[in-house]
Amino acid sequence: MIADFDYQFFIEVLVGGLLSGVMYSLVAIGFVLIYKTSGVLNFAQGAMLLFAALTFVSLVERGIPFALALVVTFAIMVAMGVAIERTVLRPLTNKPPITLFMATLGLSYIIEGAAQLIWGTQVHGLDLGIEDVPLEIGGVLISQFDIFAAVVAAGMVLLLSLFFRYTRIGLSFRAVADDQFAALAVGLRLPLIWATVWAAAGLVALVAGLLWGARLGVQFSLSLVVLKALPVLVLGGFDSILGAIVGGLLIGASEKLAEVYIGDYFGGGIESWFAYVVALVFLLIRPSGLFGQRLVERI
Amino acid sequence: MTAISSDFSSVPVLPKWIVPVLLLAFAYGVVPLIGSSYLFEAILLPFLALSLAGVGLNILTGYAGQVSLGSAAFMAAGAFAAYNFNLRVEGLPLIGSIFLAGIVAAAIGIVFGLPSLRLKGFYLAVSTLAAQFFVQWALTKFSWFSNNSASGVIDAPRLSISGYALDGAIGRYLFALTIVTVLTFLAYRLVTSQTGRNFIAIRDNETAARIIGIPVLKTKLLAFAISSFIIGVAGVIWAFAYLRTVEPDGFDLDRSFQILFIIIIGGLASIRGAFFGAALIVVFPLGLSRLGGFLLGDLFDSGVLDMSQRIVLGALIILFLILEPDGLVALWDRIRRRLLFAWQST
Repeated sequence: MIADFDYQFFIEVLVGGLLSGVMYSLVAIGFVLIYKTSGVLNFAQGAMLLFAALTFVSLVERGIPFALALVVTFAIMVAMGVAIERTVLRPLTNKPPITLFMATLGLSYIIEGAAQLIWGTQVHGLDLGIEDVPLEIGGVLISQFDIFAAVVAAGMVLLLSLFFRYTRIGLSFRAVADDQFAALAVGLRLPLIWATVWAAAGLVALVAGLLWGARLGVQFSLSLVVLKALPVLVLGGFDSILGAIVGGLLIGASEKLAEVYIGDYFGGGIESWFAYVVALVFLLIRPSGLFGQRLVERI
Repeated sequence: MTAISSDFSSVPVLPKWIVPVLLLAFAYGVVPLIGSSYLFEAILLPFLALSLAGVGLNILTGYAGQVSLGSAAFMAAGAFAAYNFNLRVEGLPLIGSIFLAGIVAAAIGIVFGLPSLRLKGFYLAVSTLAAQFFVQWALTKFSWFSNNSASGVIDAPRLSISGYALDGAIGRYLFALTIVTVLTFLAYRLVTSQTGRNFIAIRDNETAARIIGIPVLKTKLLAFAISSFIIGVAGVIWAFAYLRTVEPDGFDLDRSFQILFIIIIGGLASIRGAFFGAALIVVFPLGLSRLGGFLLGDLFDSGVLDMSQRIVLGALIILFLILEPDGLVALWDRIRRRLLFAWQST
């Protein structure tokens, strides 16, 4: 049994899994950004992703050049972030996190509905100009598109880390994440910071939306990738960008391996819940995820 | 002096049981006589099933503070369990299979409630999604559950109690109404008992609850079990009395969210709240489609209706969270107090 184990096939499955994990991480990073600075699990991230991708595709289909469409969509996402801060977050300041979570659930309904009411419900194809052909690297076949996605993800993580570390607004992000009350006391402007964070999450949603849209087609089911990102978050910890990356890789790899090697015993189709089970088992051992902050409780 | 005392005595204190008893008398005595079949099929039956599911989720989320995003999975478990008990156990009365279905849902609830022993808040909410996906997958994947039906959609058995058929809309309505009444009464007794107080203590401060001697782990699992039992029975009503088919697709994530919305809009930690919320959730799409059709005419097709429903529903949730965090129940109580006061001072 072990003797005729096909290592090359194993590695191919593993690499494929890791690369699809990068796609999960891309979505998860958007969550982490908002959770870090406002303690909210933003369920609307998937809806924002759908909205961004749908807006971009619809603009391109109406003959607007690629770069301009990108800028316009980003501007719309920023406007949306500011509007969300104004109308939803500000009135709910100091409410328990679970209330804010439910508000983002409502938000996701609004954004999903609006996206399809404005742009229609048909499926759009999205061509980013990168062909999805397999490349042979060291005897292993890897999709070119997956590599491109991984590079984009790496670039975005690098950009975000630099932004958090070296800019003034990044510094205030970290201050708010650390202690909201103290940040307010030293005069940081919470509304401005939240609006910026939501705009940044909008940018992440746009990038993730384009990559996922190119892969699956731009349609309603795109907002369901949020369900793929949640176990990644649970595994990595809600407040760690590194955790989102590592969690994504782990989930992606174990999901693909499980589907290929043990999926048949369950009759296939186990990817809808396998990631959750991995995350759950892991959580039973470490309740705050891989890199999440352990909470100290007070009465 | 007189002003102050009249302030206090201005609201006449009715015994608490009067309103529910009057409502029940109306629901049993008057509604079957005057209701049209549209009222039963499109409004009252889904209202009853969703209200009961709301009562169940409210025990877990409103009282015990454990957010669950997997309610529809327990509805599905209940519906399919009742179907299979009814099919495979000879001579088991309908009430028996419904009760056993509740037990099955409760058992599944305990299994998926186990993570709550170590997880809190969002981590727990996400882990309840595992129940949602796993149960739905299992029910579609293994055709044994649907008795090897090719389409996965099966006809629910005919409702009958000791040989007396309840096939008509009114019969199914009375059947659902009776189950909902009994379970709601039990749920009300539960939340006003010591156990109910323990739920609230755990919700408000788990560490403090542990320190004053509440067995936190046992109580949490109990909350999961009871809540899943009620939601499972609600699933049976949904499938047997309302839709009259049993299919996994009807119990998707959107249904779970719908039940969560019911208790947010109605009022968390309130038994009445589930009924208020369910009434709004059932009536509002019907009202919206009428209104949209009236205002926009042919422009308002089913696609637009679906999308605008999502938008309005989302907006409603946010509005309630901002303006009336205690839900329709709080709004209703305030209006009633005002009215009573106005009536008193004339």
